[in-house]
Parts: sequence; C-alpha cells; structure tokens
Amino acid sequence: MAVATSSSGTATRPARSPSFRARKLLQLNWFGGLAGWIWLAIVLIPLYWIVVTSFKDQSAYFTQNPFALPSAPTTNNYRLVIESDFPRYFLNSVIVTVGTILPAVAISFMAAYAIIRGAGSKFLAGVNGLFLMGLAIPLQATIIPVYLLIIKMHLYDSLLALILPSIAFSIPLSVLVLTNFIRDVPKELFESMRVDGATEWGMLRGLALPLTRPALVTVSIYNGLGVWNGFLLPLILTQSPDKRTLPLALWTFQGQYSVNVPAVLASVVLTTLPIVILYAVSRRQLLSGLTAGFSR
Amino acid sequence: MVLPALVLFIVFGVVPLVGVLVLSFTQWDGLGAIHNAGLSNWRSVLSDSQLPHSILVTFEIMILSWLVQTPMSLLLGTFLAGRQRYRAFLAVLYFIPLLLSSAAIAITYKALLDPNFGLGPGLHLGFLTQDWLGRSNLALGVVIFIVSWQFIPFHSLIYQGGVRQIPTTMYEAASIDGAGRMRQFFSITVPQLKYTIITSSTLMVVGSLTFFDLIFVLTAGGPGDATRVLALDMYKRGFMSNQMGPASVIAALIVLLGLALALLLRRLGGSTTASQQEGA
Repeated sequence: MAVATSSSGTATRPARSPSFRARKLLQLNWFGGLAGWIWLAIVLIPLYWIVVTSFKDQSAYFTQNPFALPSAPTTNNYRLVIESDFPRYFLNSVIVTVGTILPAVAISFMAAYAIIRGAGSKFLAGVNGLFLMGLAIPLQATIIPVYLLIIKMHLYDSLLALILPSIAFSIPLSVLVLTNFIRDVPKELFESMRVDGATEWGMLRGLALPLTRPALVTVSIYNGLGVWNGFLLPLILTQSPDKRTLPLALWTFQGQYSVNVPAVLASVVLTTLPIVILYAVSRRQLLSGLTAGFSR
Repeated sequence: MVLPALVLFIVFGVVPLVGVLVLSFTQWDGLGAIHNAGLSNWRSVLSDSQLPHSILVTFEIMILSWLVQTPMSLLLGTFLAGRQRYRAFLAVLYFIPLLLSSAAIAITYKALLDPNFGLGPGLHLGFLTQDWLGRSNLALGVVIFIVSWQFIPFHSLIYQGGVRQIPTTMYEAASIDGAGRMRQFFSITVPQLKYTIITSSTLMVVGSLTFFDLIFVLTAGGPGDATRVLALDMYKRGFMSNQMGPASVIAALIVLLGLALALLLRRLGGSTTASQQEGA
C-alpha cells in the first residue's frame, strides 16, 4: 500500500482520510455488489471445472455431471503430462523467464535512473520518448523482422532467441514504471550522498535501489508473467521439441491428446500452478504496484 | 547507464519496426534470398478482399470487447475500491484469469464449449449446447467473452486505483446536495476517472490488435475466416503461405493502426505531457 501512495505523490489530488472514505464506500450501491458476486462466479466456475475434471478419468468425464467431484479421483492424467516431457518444458520456461527478467529489469533500472538524474539532457529526454513510443506500438507486429534478425544471428531454435527480443519488449513499460518511482526519491538525499563523495553508481546502489525495491518487484512479476505465458515468440523462433516452452507445449499436447480432455486440463493446471503459487506469495506487491503504475 | 537498454531496444524494437516497412517492399519466402519487389505487395494486399474482412473482424472484436469490458470494469473497480476485507479477497480471486496463458485459456474454453462433451451437454442445458466455435457469429461472441473474462479483472484493478484517488469531499458535497449513489457514480466517479478511462481504453484497444495466441489456439481464424483478425492474417500469410512481403504489409498496417488509435485516444483525453508519461 505504501507503494501506491509514494508514487501518487505527484498527483494533484489532495490526500483524504481513509476512515471517512471507507465509510462512504461502505454504502456503495447494491448494483456494484451484485455485479461483484456474479463476476466471481463467472471467474471461478471455469477454474473449478478445470481442476475437478483434471482428476477424472475419461469415462467419468463422459458420464459424470461436469461439476460433480470425481467419483474415483485419479492422478493418471498428471502422470501422463509429466511423462510427456513437461519437466523439460518447465525448465525451458524458467530459463527464458529468469533469463529475460533479470537483465531486463537491471538495464531498465539503470536507464530509468539515468533519465531521472540527467533531467534536462536532450539526449536522455529523447531516449525516454523513444521508450514511451514503444508502449503505443504493438511490438508483436514486428515479429517478421525479428525472425529475420534471429536467423541472421544464427540464434534460430535456441532459448536465447526468445530471451533477447523479450528483454527488448519489456523495456518500455519497465522504464516507465521505474522512472515514476525514482522521480519520487527526494533530491536532497542524492545531494547529501554526493557531498559525502558517493559516485552515481554508488547512489544507484545505495539510494535508488533500496527505495524502489517494491517497483522492481512489481515490474519483474508483471513482465515475468508476460514472458512465462508468451506464445508467439516460441511459436515462430523455435522449432525442435526440446526448445519448447510451456504455452507452446500445451498447444502441441492438446493437439496430440485432444480426445483426452482430463489430461489436457491436467496440463493446464500443471503449467499454471507455479504462477498461482508465486501469485499467492507476492500478490500484495503486484496488485498495489499495478495500481500505482496505471491508475493516475 | 542508459546504453544497454537503448542498444537492446534499438536492435530488437526500433530496427524491426523499420524492418517491417522495408520488408513490405520485398519478396521473401522466409528461407531464401530477399528480393526487391517495389510496390507489388502493397498493391496486391490492398486489392485483396481478405484485407477489408480482417480489418472488419479486428474492429468488431476491438469495439465489442471494449463495450463489454469498460462498463463492467468501471462497475467492478468502483465496487473493489471499498476497503472491506472481503472485497480485497474478491480482488485476489478476480486476478486469477490473468495468470493463465492465453493458450491455456483457449484450450480450456475449447473443451468447455464442446457441443458434444462440453458443459452444455454435460448439464443438459440446451442453450449452452451449441456449436459455439463452428458458427461465425457465435465464434466471434466467444472470442469477445473470453477476452473479457481474461482482462476485465486487470482493468477493474486500474479503476480501483483511480477511484481511490477521487477526493471524498466531492462525494460529501454531493450527498449534502441530495445526489443518490447512481447520480454520484455518473456525475463524479465517471468524469473524475477520465484519464484512467483513457489509459485503460488505450491498453484495451492497442492490446486488441495483438490478440493472436487466443484466437490462434481457439479457432485458428475459423470457422472459415470468421475470426481471422489482422494479427492472424499476418501470421498465416507469412508463416503458413511463406509470403513475408505481403505479411509485412499487414504488419505495417497493424503498427500504423496502433499508433493512430493511441494518438486518437490521447487527443480525446486532451492530455498534457504529464499524463503522457503516466498513460501509455
């Protein structure tokens, strides 16, 4: 929550007392409440169905009520998925996601720091403008030249082919969010550190880094989600089965076992589970950071 | 310090962007040599009846999904802005669809909507037992529903943050003047959220140009060409028919469309440089 307030400091709206607001919103119309509960059902029903069905065997799937709990729960579907090389695809996804996010966030952070500290420089303002432009452009539309580039670099069908463009695509949003946060670090803090003889790198590490940690986590999770779930890049830039990432593996698995719906749904559960666990751990960070990044 | 990010962004962002335009004037099968083709790709694509159809489908999905998502997200966002514990808990559950990949979502709904073994026949519900993905209008409706299912939570959270920034004094004053909740919603909440609505709409509209994975896995553009949006048209021409030139023409059109729509929405917001940085 501190995240949201710190970044909205630039907004012109005055501060309000939370207790009063809570009281006000408590009487929010019943219409919103109704929508809220209906939406919950719309969200949860398919999710419940996925999980329940993934524990049924095929005959139960055809005969049982779709929402009934499995009469004879089985983990065979999960076994089939795991035996279909999913651990390897999982590893690939981890490599690509971590390999993208660590460098992407590091270089975006450095760029954001430079842009804020060098305010006034025409060059840096131009660079910032370029990154902002990247937000308005559907970068996926550039896939054909990216494909050509990757071929020319002899990276086709490698995990690095997925990592490099993914880093580039995560830069605009990361820089935007991080500059918003670094801008809120009081200038006097930088001044006093400089008087003490700190270099720019020292200030980046000793001052900007600890103060923007929540934003770094948010940006990492948000971009990580996009990379983990990415489909187009793996589809076009890789070819061999051992380079598959999870979304692509899901798709091919579904093509192979389309009749065996419970197994297909088990693969959906298995590929989503790590993300759900991560989400459970870091959701506060993600939700509040998201609000801070967009809701102005 | 800005260099590593700048270099990577130029190589894999700016160069490909220019590359789209360059490749649209060439002939390339994706493997062999690239030849100059002059204006022939543009001429053939622009006179192809596939193009207006793909543009139409793209806009249908864009506009209809905006019309579904925006009111619903506003309503849910306002609802979630309340500080009650259970609402925070609901927000946590709402967010789950965003964790799933589009591929996983498409696969799930494909099974769920199956006319023989899906939810409808399983529950013996006639209205749910339809050939959802086999009929043009139904398939389009399904795509719009799934997009909403996937993204309304995200936009609700954006609105939630926006609503929480509205000064409560405004509501106080309105209550004293005797304005009811409905009136307050339309006279205070919605106008105050102007910039948030612009941001959220920009994300929806530009984002809808790149719905590729979902439609690719769900219908592959079918039935027939009913859901062949521009992004899918680009993929099919380029990577299935091995015509990278015409595919690049489509890609260039997608980029231009995205820029034009983003600028248009920004103009609508009448925004200043400050909100340019905040929006996107």
